[in-house]
Amino acid sequence: MNGVTVSAKVNGDAVQYVCPPDESLLDVLRNRLNLTGVKEGCGTGDCGACSITLDGRLVCSCLVLGAEAEGREIGTVEGLSEGGKLHTLQEQFIEKAALQCGICTPGFLVAAKVLLERNSNPSEEEIRYALAGNLCRCTGYDKIVRAVQSSAKIMRRGKKASR
Amino acid sequence: MPYETDYTNQGFSKVGTRVNRPDGVDKVTGRAKYGADANAAGQLVGRILRSPHAHALITKIDTSKAEKLPGVKAVLTGKDFPDLTGGDRGMMNILENCMARGRALYDGHAVAAVAAIDADTANEALKLIKVTYKQLPHVTDVDEAMKPSAPIIHDWVRTTGVTPAPTTASNVAQRTEFGHGDIDAGFAQADVIIEKSFKTEQTHQGYIEPHACLATLGPDGSGELWVTTQGHFTFRNVCASLLGLDVAKLRVTASEIGGGFGGKTHVWTEPVALQLSRRANRPVKLVMSRDEVFKATGPTSSTSVDVKIGAKRNGKITAASAELRYQSGAFPGMWAMLGAMTSFACYDLKNVKSVGFDVLVNRPKVAAYRAPSAPMAAFAVESVVDMVAAELGMDAVEFRIKNAAKKGTKASYGPVYGPIGIGPTLEAVKNHPHMKRKLGKNQGRGVACGFWFNFGGQTCTDLNIGVDGSVNLTVGTVDVGGSRASLALIAAEELGIDYEQVRVTIGDTNSLGHNDTTEGSRGTFSSGMAAIFAARDAVEVLKQRAAATWGIPVEQVVWEAGEARAKGKQNNNLPPLSLKEIAAKSPRTGGPIAGHNEVVADGAGVSFASHMCDVEVDPETGATKILRYTVVQDAGKAIHPDYVEGQFQGGAAQGIGWALNEEYVYGDDGRLQNAGFLDYRIPVCSDLPFIDTQILEIPNPNHPYGVRGVGETSIVPPLAAIGNAVSNAVGVRMDHVPMSPPRILKAIEAAQG
Repeated sequence: MNGVTVSAKVNGDAVQYVCPPDESLLDVLRNRLNLTGVKEGCGTGDCGACSITLDGRLVCSCLVLGAEAEGREIGTVEGLSEGGKLHTLQEQFIEKAALQCGICTPGFLVAAKVLLERNSNPSEEEIRYALAGNLCRCTGYDKIVRAVQSSAKIMRRGKKASR
Repeated sequence: MPYETDYTNQGFSKVGTRVNRPDGVDKVTGRAKYGADANAAGQLVGRILRSPHAHALITKIDTSKAEKLPGVKAVLTGKDFPDLTGGDRGMMNILENCMARGRALYDGHAVAAVAAIDADTANEALKLIKVTYKQLPHVTDVDEAMKPSAPIIHDWVRTTGVTPAPTTASNVAQRTEFGHGDIDAGFAQADVIIEKSFKTEQTHQGYIEPHACLATLGPDGSGELWVTTQGHFTFRNVCASLLGLDVAKLRVTASEIGGGFGGKTHVWTEPVALQLSRRANRPVKLVMSRDEVFKATGPTSSTSVDVKIGAKRNGKITAASAELRYQSGAFPGMWAMLGAMTSFACYDLKNVKSVGFDVLVNRPKVAAYRAPSAPMAAFAVESVVDMVAAELGMDAVEFRIKNAAKKGTKASYGPVYGPIGIGPTLEAVKNHPHMKRKLGKNQGRGVACGFWFNFGGQTCTDLNIGVDGSVNLTVGTVDVGGSRASLALIAAEELGIDYEQVRVTIGDTNSLGHNDTTEGSRGTFSSGMAAIFAARDAVEVLKQRAAATWGIPVEQVVWEAGEARAKGKQNNNLPPLSLKEIAAKSPRTGGPIAGHNEVVADGAGVSFASHMCDVEVDPETGATKILRYTVVQDAGKAIHPDYVEGQFQGGAAQGIGWALNEEYVYGDDGRLQNAGFLDYRIPVCSDLPFIDTQILEIPNPNHPYGVRGVGETSIVPPLAAIGNAVSNAVGVRMDHVPMSPPRILKAIEAAQG
């Protein structure tokens, strides 16, 4: 099978890869770019463990072809923290014990980040619906929702302070 | 035993605090390595071909075309796994489940495997394997499988536990019976008797991480296995035994585990991956698809249960009996036995009898699922308990309190209880603000209790102190829910040092002695116990080093608040030596300082929970919404309250899914219809409310800190609590789980006649 050459940006860095035209972006990220923080739970877009952003939009990377990423900006869990500083969501997930096994955590973090970028003060219901595409089997979602709530609060305070 | 295991009512400074987990940063940055995240130079991709039939003879497998495909390095079928079991039927069942031997026993049963240079080639090779099947009659329903006319799954199965011993084959693998007293006499005394039958459908543990491993096995018989597992030592022993390897030569490393809930206590593909690697002499990475996970791993039993309870007008139960029929998939299990043992464990009963039947069907081999078998028994029993209370005109909580087991009660499954938490959890429910919330139209409230045994088991732990005074604790139990944080707290508590000074590592099979699988809620209980003893062992060394430094007898040294102190007036001039100071001197005082412990952690305290649930049922659609949910459970001692609450909430959420949505749907053709997360719908964030928790601490007398396992009991009450709530909301007794919208509508319509 002939490979497709793709140039894209991943977490701000320019990358180039060659992949078969039918290879998922998930497989490209995990197997070609070694970004194994992106997880595969189902391969059918039902669990959200492979959530990434494509030009800022939340997608399941298992439902996107690697070839489709040409010229686009990809964001994964590996790009959340800046240098040695964790993202507020990352800090709050640890602080609020919002993970047990942790396999769904990268997807939740990416989905929650997209939510908070669009809505800095979401209600509990808005959080629950925004995260409804991400399955977690360990926590019952309780502490995940609380971590997102406290992150939103901290981030709003941060924005005010920096004004 | 050289150690004092009994509970001592000591104060704690570290245990019970809500510290950040040590693996947190790895898990929020994507660095944590799970089963599918490891790679090896030259690795091949392993894939498995599975039967599309529920039951079929495999008359021929032609692998020649697949073998000739460029890039294919190994192809295996059942004949490539010689019988090395020495007549051990249990081991043969494991082997036959990993790879069919002449007969496919369920939709999804492995019939061949390939290893190839990449996924495309491996998939292509699977298509080139030609399997000729002769379909056989199948049975997937537990009650149908018990009928004399049912197709026999295994001609060698004779029902055990019945006299005289049968001479013909049956799908009933085992009959078990528990209880005491005289139930006929008990029912004769009853003023009210309720008898009812219940069904529950098959569910899957639903861990988000599919099974995955990276296997390397050379022609010298030495191998490595990286795998997502709850029990790497058990996996090592089983794989070595099935493949004829020396146990010591197979090093198994447990990856980070993306959920297990019992489903990762069994080997499924690992022996196959190792055999592929041996054949190809290259590492083989084998990752299951979600479809394979549903079809060929670990569901729990579907069940059919009859319960009968009789009581006096004064609310005292006079007799209780149950017959429990659990299917165990295509291989014998012990699932009905566990159901029978747990069914009446919450109550103080003079006359009680429960009989379990383990039944074979053409479905995947049943695996443990969080307090395995207890939720289904509790659904039936706790529903009838509610019905009896209603018949007596008593409050359902008061009725339970009146009959609750207590210290000294002879449990229905045999032992006499020590101090237990069922009464206190019920009292907490009675007084909980949740119970005072007003209910509206189409809303109902339900309460139910649950029990789980808990397990201790073989445990081996090392504690090594670095020259800077930081501490490595190496344990052999897998961290499935935050146990590294709890174990670090325990080591810090014992040594009197900061939590941050302790790092906990899950050791591979070559760095510690055998550790039993992380099951039975034993991780923090047993490794915690071993960590306490290992730390106390290290403290003895620390005291000796201090004594040698001071030149005084060790008997004059005590360990307090993280430092050695010299006792007695004559030693007043000796300032204390901290752990750090002793560690810094260790190269000159006798070398490394370590503590070690191996223990069979007996005395896992039994665990009880009571749950409250409010629901609203839409009478038009039959859809149920959980309005409020509260868990009250006895933890013995909560080492890390956040992760104890997490276990309570997670178990409740799984129970909610089981109660309302989740079920394996089989067609008449015996094929699974919904092997994916779209059609097998587990609860999502918007389905649930916050799940309130209340931790009770009734110390386990057999653990130094009073700890009881907390992982499993939380899934036991939800089916019944929600069943009772829905029944109260719609005014019809629900007797079939899951209570999906069509089933609720049908029940309402049936009641309206």
